[in-house]
Amino acid sequence: MNRFDLTKRLVARLKRGEAVIGGIGNTNFDLWAAGPRPENFYMLGSMGLAVPIGLGVALAQPARKVFVLEGDGSLLMQLGALGTVAASAPKNLAIVAFDNGMYQITGRQKSLTAATVDLVAMAKGAGISQSDWAADETQFERLVERALAGDGPSLIGARIDAAPPAGVTERDAALIRRRFAAALAQKPG
Amino acid sequence: MSWHQAVLEALKANEVRLVTYIPDNVLAPLIDAAHADSWFRVVCPAREEEALGIVAGAWMAGMRGITLMQTSGFATLPNVLASLIVPYQIPALMLISERGTLGDHQLGQAIVCRTMRPVLQTLGIEHFAIERDDDVGFVVDGMARQAYATQAPAALILSPLLTKKRA
Repeated sequence: MNRFDLTKRLVARLKRGEAVIGGIGNTNFDLWAAGPRPENFYMLGSMGLAVPIGLGVALAQPARKVFVLEGDGSLLMQLGALGTVAASAPKNLAIVAFDNGMYQITGRQKSLTAATVDLVAMAKGAGISQSDWAADETQFERLVERALAGDGPSLIGARIDAAPPAGVTERDAALIRRRFAAALAQKPG
Repeated sequence: MSWHQAVLEALKANEVRLVTYIPDNVLAPLIDAAHADSWFRVVCPAREEEALGIVAGAWMAGMRGITLMQTSGFATLPNVLASLIVPYQIPALMLISERGTLGDHQLGQAIVCRTMRPVLQTLGIEHFAIERDDDVGFVVDGMARQAYATQAPAALILSPLLTKKRA
């Protein structure tokens, strides 16, 4: 599967002002390339913090669904966050883990998921019982639909290829924050 | 009023409802009081970085929050402060129990303590050490109000003069 393709499939299903947190690097680049949404937050740093930021949004606004998009290297950097999500049990939070087994943006060095680590098993072990690998695009869309329709938290794992991102996010942190906070001040649809 | 009660009252007066923390012995009465008070949503994650990230996300979604930690925990935060909190102009409140000075027996705390103020100064983060009981309410209230008015983080340092010195 391909990160940009899956990101477009996810975004196409968001009709109610769902918040999306794009993790550092190629993950948020492809979210940016998938088209402008004021409810998107793009991380230009703080590797590993997409899940905590998403959890904060989810706790503050229980009526809004929140999706966190994160890569394998980033998720590996802050694995405790999976336990924090499970313990906090936000019904409105879904995590998408894009796993290509590498630190793609820094020169394709292998990550731990290329060796022994299984991120979905990690999430289940942390207590996020609705954690599944999407075998293909159709199942990915089904799991996204489940997250939109039902209670979370959940984690969707997707093994992706090593294609480069389809764009590069603009580098204006204050603008990203202002636009995101203003969008979240509106009621979800 | 005890210092920890004064902290919670000032947080309530500033509509701060989210408390994230990594445990610390000195902060234990504040943590217990926050857990016991239904005004606050309290989260104890695994690392200080997470605790600050949760507060950042919640603030952008309209809920004010504070992260409680000790000096060694603050030392894990420079990257997150420099690449999330400061550039995105997020008024994250931090309350730091100052360890490693005025009688601490932990060598690690003593060395890491010396990195705290230089890091805060380098990043241009407002900080103030509270030393006296009767200053707590004024300082916490003032720093919280200023943080939200200026979209800037703030570090409230609890000196051992406040938390350990006995009259």
